[in-house]
Amino acid sequence: MDIGWYLAVSALIFTIGAGGVLTRRSPLVILLCLELMLNAANLALIAFSRMHGNADGQIFAIIVMVVAACEVTIGLGIIVAMHRRRLPIDVDEMRELQG
Amino acid sequence: MAEVLFFLAGIGAIAGAIGVVAVRNPFFSVLALVSHLLCLAALFLLLRAEFVAAAQVVVYAGAVMVLYVFVVAYVGGQDEPLGPRAGNGLKGLSLMFGAVLFIELCVATLGSGLQLIDSNGTPVPDDFGSAQGIGRLLLTTYLLPFEVASFLLLIAAVGAVVLARRRGGMSSAEDQARYTAMDLLRPAYTGTMAEGVGGRRRLPAAAAAAAPAAPAAPAAPAAPAEDA
Repeated sequence: MDIGWYLAVSALIFTIGAGGVLTRRSPLVILLCLELMLNAANLALIAFSRMHGNADGQIFAIIVMVVAACEVTIGLGIIVAMHRRRLPIDVDEMRELQG
Repeated sequence: MAEVLFFLAGIGAIAGAIGVVAVRNPFFSVLALVSHLLCLAALFLLLRAEFVAAAQVVVYAGAVMVLYVFVVAYVGGQDEPLGPRAGNGLKGLSLMFGAVLFIELCVATLGSGLQLIDSNGTPVPDDFGSAQGIGRLLLTTYLLPFEVASFLLLIAAVGAVVLARRRGGMSSAEDQARYTAMDLLRPAYTGTMAEGVGGRRRLPAAAAAAAPAAPAAPAAPAAPAEDA
């Protein structure tokens, strides 16, 4: 398959993720959509890595996966803390960062 | 053969992504993301990235998604209405933003004039993307990012524990009323989970007063961490 097809799929997945971040209200689903965007970027990185025949892009993808895992851990920790303090799990009502 | 596999995996990945965004229940969103990740791993395999595909399946679709399922079950994945509360203008605006973003990304990548973009890629050696090749790169050229990434994971783990712990100590009132033999035999501050997060030691006041022989125990146990 041409590399361009992979890039088109990657762009479409990134767009879907961005639309989800903009339209959904639950922070859990917003985190899931962030995962979609990171994975689309990973797909583009690996496609370019294959295009150039250079494995450096795959290292980039692995580092992106590590950063995504960290982001998920912190984000879910914040959601659990919000749930403990009986705060609404809704980004429209959580407008301020102050506790 | 590769074309058929590409279209199967690509359509699966896009369908999974749409499922994540469009499904109302967060639990089903997580399941859609798992199928999306599996299809994406198949795409990685087609691009000769075996190690990344394996890591994707094991780490992402395995471990991270289990974390998501736990949190959704804990928080209680209540259904939310999909649309915004007031008016439809914001949703239309965000959909338009998405369409513009897609066109822009396609122009930026497909219209970049790269010569190899309409090919299958350059021929690569046999160990391209294998665990051997990736491991050699990670431990030679990219040793510093590798170490920084491990340190980042450590910071995230500590941060998650600090964020999600129960404030004011681990033990609730009914936990404090329940004792085991170990609570009476063990000296103070020898490493229980409750002490680790600043909770009180589970020892009745009478037993604490009757056992002054413990030299390491200060008079007052550490105050439980209060909310900031």
